[in-house]
Amino acid sequence: MKRSKSILLFLLLSLTIALSGCGGDTKGNKGDNKESGNGTPIEDDTTAESNKTPVYGGSVIVGIQNDLDSLDPHKAKSAGTREVLFNMFEGLVKPDKDGNLVPAVAKDVIISKDGKTLSFPLRENVKFHNGAFVTVDDVIYSIKRCAGLLETSDPEVKVERALSCITSVEEYKTEDGKLGVQIKLNEANNDVVGYLTCAIIPKGYDQMSTKPVGTGPFKFVSYTPLQNLVMEKNPDYYVEGLPYLDQVTFKVSANTDSAMMALLAGNIDVYPYLTAEQANQLKDTYNIKKGAMNLVQGLYLNNAVEPFNNKLVRQAMCYAIDRQMILDMVADGNGTIVGTPIFPQFKKYYAAELADQYAYNVQKAKDLLSEAGYPNGFSFTITVPSNYQFHVDTAQVIVELLKQVGIDTKIQLVEWETWVNDVYAGRNYQSTIVGLDANMTPSNVCFRYVSTDPKNFINYSNPKYDEIYAKAIVEIDDNKKIEYYKQLQQLLSEDAASVYIQDAANIVALNKKLAGYEFYPLYVQDMSLVHYVE
Amino acid sequence: MKWMKKILSLIITLFVVSLVTFFAFRVIPGDSAIAKLGLEASEEQIEALREQMGLNDNLLVQYGRFLSGAVQGDFGESTQYNVPVSSLIADRFPVTAWLAALSFLLIVVISLPLGILASKKENGIIDRGITLLTQTLMAIPSFFLGIIIMLVFGVILKWFAPGDYVKPSENFGQFLSYMIFPALAVSIPKIAMMVKFLKTSVLRELRLDYVRTAKSKGQTKNVILYRHVLKNALMPVITFLGMITAESLAGSIVVEQVFNLPGMGRLLVTAIFNRDYPVVQAAVLYIAAIVVLINFGVDVLYRKVDPRIA
Amino acid sequence: MKEKWDINRMIGLVLVSIALLLVVVGIFYTPYDPNAMSASLKNKAPSMAHWFGTDYMGRDILSRVMDGAGTTFFVGICTVCIGAVFGSIIGAVTGYFGGILDEIIMRFNDCVASFPSILLALVLVSLIGPGKYNIILALGILFIPSFARVMRSEFIKQKEMDYVKNARLMGASHARIMFLHILPNTRTILLSTITIGFNNAVLAEAGMSYLSLGVQPPDASLGRMLSEAQGYLLNAPWFAIFPGLMIVITVLGFSLLNERRGQHE
Repeated sequence: MKRSKSILLFLLLSLTIALSGCGGDTKGNKGDNKESGNGTPIEDDTTAESNKTPVYGGSVIVGIQNDLDSLDPHKAKSAGTREVLFNMFEGLVKPDKDGNLVPAVAKDVIISKDGKTLSFPLRENVKFHNGAFVTVDDVIYSIKRCAGLLETSDPEVKVERALSCITSVEEYKTEDGKLGVQIKLNEANNDVVGYLTCAIIPKGYDQMSTKPVGTGPFKFVSYTPLQNLVMEKNPDYYVEGLPYLDQVTFKVSANTDSAMMALLAGNIDVYPYLTAEQANQLKDTYNIKKGAMNLVQGLYLNNAVEPFNNKLVRQAMCYAIDRQMILDMVADGNGTIVGTPIFPQFKKYYAAELADQYAYNVQKAKDLLSEAGYPNGFSFTITVPSNYQFHVDTAQVIVELLKQVGIDTKIQLVEWETWVNDVYAGRNYQSTIVGLDANMTPSNVCFRYVSTDPKNFINYSNPKYDEIYAKAIVEIDDNKKIEYYKQLQQLLSEDAASVYIQDAANIVALNKKLAGYEFYPLYVQDMSLVHYVE
Repeated sequence: MKWMKKILSLIITLFVVSLVTFFAFRVIPGDSAIAKLGLEASEEQIEALREQMGLNDNLLVQYGRFLSGAVQGDFGESTQYNVPVSSLIADRFPVTAWLAALSFLLIVVISLPLGILASKKENGIIDRGITLLTQTLMAIPSFFLGIIIMLVFGVILKWFAPGDYVKPSENFGQFLSYMIFPALAVSIPKIAMMVKFLKTSVLRELRLDYVRTAKSKGQTKNVILYRHVLKNALMPVITFLGMITAESLAGSIVVEQVFNLPGMGRLLVTAIFNRDYPVVQAAVLYIAAIVVLINFGVDVLYRKVDPRIA
Repeated sequence: MKEKWDINRMIGLVLVSIALLLVVVGIFYTPYDPNAMSASLKNKAPSMAHWFGTDYMGRDILSRVMDGAGTTFFVGICTVCIGAVFGSIIGAVTGYFGGILDEIIMRFNDCVASFPSILLALVLVSLIGPGKYNIILALGILFIPSFARVMRSEFIKQKEMDYVKNARLMGASHARIMFLHILPNTRTILLSTITIGFNNAVLAEAGMSYLSLGVQPPDASLGRMLSEAQGYLLNAPWFAIFPGLMIVITVLGFSLLNERRGQHE
């Protein structure tokens, strides 16, 4: 199935982020077709599943760690919510399991030569869950809503800044007379396609937050806050043969430990983001699958405050932190060490060689500290969001590692909302540990290091970076674009903007009777492919 | 007249609670507009939403709005779920109420006989055994007790299925049989406290002069215990029971997390983490009001039973 | 009454001695650095080198229990002091004098008491930030109302007794009556309340750790260790057993010891 689609997408593939197995890019295939990067190879123990025949029907319970923040896909903000809503909504395009963007509500993607006009002929047989066919008006409304171009805008809608280069969204007719949508941009920017995964919803529908309606493989049944979201098979789904399951229940757990109890008792069929230790306890009763989390966990340093305004100190930090030790301690060696904010699934953009730029070296760290004027070290605080045990554990390892170069580290745990306010929005912190994810466009990672960007919470500032970034974003030629993004990563690495640690492993427990669970290169739980086997 | 005064002071108490609740959550760093929009929102978007949610108004104006709504049972809309707070609470309150009621029942049913039994023969085998057992159970943190109960009864014995909570409206019997286990986790530490308190109280009474007088008059031990001592000894216990009920409500906050119960406690903790002010205020006010009412009831009962404090 | 050899009291004494010994020794010496990690020593069962085994970060659990118990004791003692001192004063004054003051203070007391303790702790800690001293402050404030209530009802009862009336007839001042005459007579209840208070402080610290509001990592406290250990119950039970046992020993020991002493004095 993937193959037939990828022919359609040939043009798109070479223009956007996607890796491609069918040629077309010559430079980016270094990381293709294998799990990239160094670190322990990721394996899973469900090799036999593909031999079994899929069965239609049945229902599963998927455990999730956080309650949904909104049922309206344009208002959903957390990755945890988006990964659930992925099953009910689709955009003009949607990502597949290899990170390719494939047409969804659109039938095709045509990009003009100057890169300023994007045309999307629409599929004709797409129905909303309420039975109505998707019209051009619906599509225009949805995109305008995401881009903040509607006349009366709902302040809760999360406006994609990347869509701000859109000047108009209009109906157009293809040469053979079919209807479609044409989007005009004020400057060439093919990253925009990556944001047109934004959900297509019925025009003017005002019950999105309570009774969501989309076009995805599953349709909404019920939602009980703090308990569950139930969805059932969309019989009108335009992809033949999907989905397999009749019903999917996403069940909210108060915390991982109560979820563990339910898993041990066999009351959850699918549960992602387990620790290696938890997976060990479940390996007899569940199939355990391992993939990548697709985010970069790092010790992010506030480049504007003492002592991290000194490049030498930041470099010393990079040398002093043994990332393999962190991996071994907190993840049993699973995961991939990285040296840049771009994670390995970006494949052709990802600069794998930078992972070794700052190999663990206590002496070098000490020398750099002396040179920077801190021969006896210093003390500082790491602010960590307390709801992520993974980050809290990482912080504890870092405390021990930095002790050896004379740096005295304190950990301050804060609630997630406090973190958002003080660290992310207020930039009132010294250093913090979080994982930053991204959609599949490299600008979605790199924008936050532009000195004037409102989301540059680490206060990184390098005029050269700003210059290259501006070029990268409007570049249409893929090879040049890749080159620019590699340069950007090189700069971040030389300046030691932060200590990039790892792309952590995502360990999933799966009911032994289930198969078809696929890892996506972004935060998604695709239930349409999951099925029971004989 | 006396009752008017009582009720007046009750209202004042609730007013103070509402005041404290409202302002406490305005001082904590965190802004529900930012919480709602997420990390990537722009300044203008946040500002627009703050305006729409009325967060830019004077604090007193906001408080006035909150209070006048609360009096009519309207706590506004949850900023996270976009549904009226009152409906969220209506859904969740029964869970916590049942949990508290079951716990209370377990506490009274188990601790009264144990307490009396233990005080009957001081230092006897039974007394020592009960003391040792209850004290040990009391020494285990409640969240850990909950985890152990889940592990033993849920995972190993499979008497119930952890996480397989059933709504009371769906199947009441199943609901109750599931709730017994969290109720056990809530009540076990309190049972131990209660037994100990009861025993101390009874033994103190037993050493008073009138007991000696009664003894010298030749009354049997049981008659003394049940006719005279128990009535007086129960006096401080009533106060204590009120406190314990309040504590059970508080304890359920943690236990609901452990057992994944969709009650007030989980609603509250989730709302605090999400900066969902309307829900937090309403939930705190609700729980606080109930505790105040219980204490009020205890006070009334206390005055009824003990004529000395009329 | 002549004191008998009492098994429960002996048990209490032994348990408290073990706990205190570990804490006191832990101040000066632990077998390993309580925070030193090692990837190769993760989740090792008890052995000669590590008597209590190691945790999920390869840290020596015995060292961490000693260190953590010190923290927990410190939190418990400070908390109970705050609660007992302020609570007793409030309870004594309101119970003894009664009237309007009683009404006002007890209503206010009700307000504080009507906040579920964990919630109030959550609010207080959000305001002043987490950490050892802030936990003490938050829990200490939480404990005042319960001390006040118990002491109040005790004072109400005692003030009607003959010895108080006699003292008053002899011209003793109110302060003298309250603190020299009545207070010593409330010692049974006060001691019992203090024990419960200390127990509660130790247990509350654990509860706060469960909601990640307690002592901050990497510092150890018994509650924090226990809460970290819950995910390892099946494959590394010693991680939970030893800190858990230490909590039980401490709390159980003090209550057994206190109970008997309270009744024989």
